[in-house]
Amino acid sequence: MNESLFINIIIGISIASTPLIFAAIGELLVERSGVLNLGVEGMMIVGALLGFIVQFHTGSPLLAVLAALLGGMAISSIFAFLTQFLLTNQVATGLALTLFGLGFSAFAGRGYTEETIVLIKAIHIPFLSEIPFVGPLIFSLNPLVYLAFLMVFLVWWFLFKTKQGLILRSIGDNHDAAHAIGHNVVRYRFMAILFGGAMAGLGGAFLSLVQVPIWGEEMTAGRGWIALGLVVFASWQPFRVILGAILFGGITVLQLHAQGFDIRISAQYLSMLPYLATIIILVSLRIRLKNKTNRTVPNCLGRIFHSTS
Amino acid sequence: MSNSRFTSILKLSFLSVVLAFTGNVSADPVKAAFVYIGPTGDHGWTYAHDEGVKYAKEKLGDDVIMTTIESVAENSDSERVITSLARKNDIVFTTSFGYMNPTVKVAGRYPDVKFEHATGYIRPDNVSTYSARFYEGRHVIGKIAGRMTKSNVIGYIASFPIPEVIRGINSAFLAARSVNPDVQIKVVWVYTWYDPGKEADAANALIAQGADILMQHTDSTAAMTVAEEKGIHAFGQASNMREWGPNAQLTGIINDWGPYYADRIAAVRDGTWASTDTFAGVQQGMVKFAPMANMPTDVKNEAMQTIIDLSMGAIHPFTGPINKQDGSPWLAEGETPPNFPDLLTMDFYVEGIDSKYPN
Repeated sequence: MNESLFINIIIGISIASTPLIFAAIGELLVERSGVLNLGVEGMMIVGALLGFIVQFHTGSPLLAVLAALLGGMAISSIFAFLTQFLLTNQVATGLALTLFGLGFSAFAGRGYTEETIVLIKAIHIPFLSEIPFVGPLIFSLNPLVYLAFLMVFLVWWFLFKTKQGLILRSIGDNHDAAHAIGHNVVRYRFMAILFGGAMAGLGGAFLSLVQVPIWGEEMTAGRGWIALGLVVFASWQPFRVILGAILFGGITVLQLHAQGFDIRISAQYLSMLPYLATIIILVSLRIRLKNKTNRTVPNCLGRIFHSTS
Repeated sequence: MSNSRFTSILKLSFLSVVLAFTGNVSADPVKAAFVYIGPTGDHGWTYAHDEGVKYAKEKLGDDVIMTTIESVAENSDSERVITSLARKNDIVFTTSFGYMNPTVKVAGRYPDVKFEHATGYIRPDNVSTYSARFYEGRHVIGKIAGRMTKSNVIGYIASFPIPEVIRGINSAFLAARSVNPDVQIKVVWVYTWYDPGKEADAANALIAQGADILMQHTDSTAAMTVAEEKGIHAFGQASNMREWGPNAQLTGIINDWGPYYADRIAAVRDGTWASTDTFAGVQQGMVKFAPMANMPTDVKNEAMQTIIDLSMGAIHPFTGPINKQDGSPWLAEGETPPNFPDLLTMDFYVEGIDSKYPN
């Protein structure tokens, strides 16, 4: 295998993994606050559409990314309103959000299926990108790839290094106790859901702004569900999201390359692998939970908070 | 009394005369339903079917009521969708190979409803099958690719290892080899019909491995956009994809289902529908081509000549001697294969293809 092919594969993996990192890190924060939002796929596809539309009309990547963030946030606010104020069932509401997002984007995007845009290109950091091998590998990636890594760091920092993060986690673990000592459960959760929506929107937009310069209905093709699996895979630990996303994305890209080289590994087995890993981690979490050595699963995940006072 | 009987007879006969003249108009319209594998906005396979539906609707006007359902997965869900459509329609078209078993199953339960299954081969009395000889289109683009490649590597993005897709790979390869003895074909299976992101990943992988011409048997325009960006060539699939690759697209295979759909729905209206097997190609106009572009005149002329030969029935893309990949003989000198079983159940690569056959 020559050097340029290797670099090509690494870049391919970074492109395939980044949408998953964005969507999963957003959902991770949401679930840490005790809310299960199954609408990731729906929020992603709306972000993909809005990012595409704005890039098409303005040609400004910054505005396009902003539109994707706001679009994901807007649609997630529906979920937030329904679950936090009207206390609807989170699973059902999340599923409805996915169906709504897919349908809405297909409808609103009808006029854009025949258009193309200018993709957001990779940046070459001066000097550093000229270092042989390491340069193209680390210092010549797409700006949004760097942003994804930064977001993971920021979420980790927020959750574990700030007071608000501690409050958010405590709300996720025991909303009644958090409420009793005076924290506004609904407000924290509302904000977390909006953040999750923004990240999902950005993840979706990565597909239509970086990966392919087209808009197509259902172009997220199930990545929202993979992101949900990733949060479990990461056992709600931010940095493990990166690991999981690289595993999921890496297997996708590597098996395509392996086929080109005629390496005989069954593609079906390979694509099963990440899911299998997720199941194994779920089982081991359960065992650790039984032995009371686990502190990561938010105790109130998916439970409705009904303030009694 | 007799007078009133007379008038009622008069009224009745008048009514029957009126009915006789207007029978066609006042008869119930044919209810036709279509099941699609992807969204109509894919600008590929499903888009082409939907264009056919629009054509038939325009042609038959008020004689038909169309129902279409998009993005129906090829699993147990499809049986549910087909069943619910069979309850309310006179004829149901299922437009993907994977709908074969559910279509046949539902057809058994609704013997009065007509079914049309695209690209399959099982036909009970109320099921027709229809497919286009896309391998004829692949023959043409194979020749162009063989002439145009500089790296002698053609990249092929394939969906699922079903006969339809295998036929296309073999046909394109044989045609490319016939004009370029050094050409090789690299096949990557993505195991999806529609996932723009993954199709682009596959295109990038093939280009990284030396392909300078892309063919695809998936439904989105993603690979074409990658080819355009990387400055290589590609072929449109199922529809003209020129807008996504003005410098990349050499030509494209266009599926024209419209006349077939109009004919079959009209046959239900006229009561002449019968279970048939249609396998039409360039000759019947079911397989067409996007304008040739981005190639030298001699390559273009050769391609045009090939299309003419195909439309006259003068050549067959699979003409012996052809061996299977393992070296065992398939077709003898000058022999062409029958539709069934050879073409419709094809499950092997021809000799010369390096890629391993998927299991």
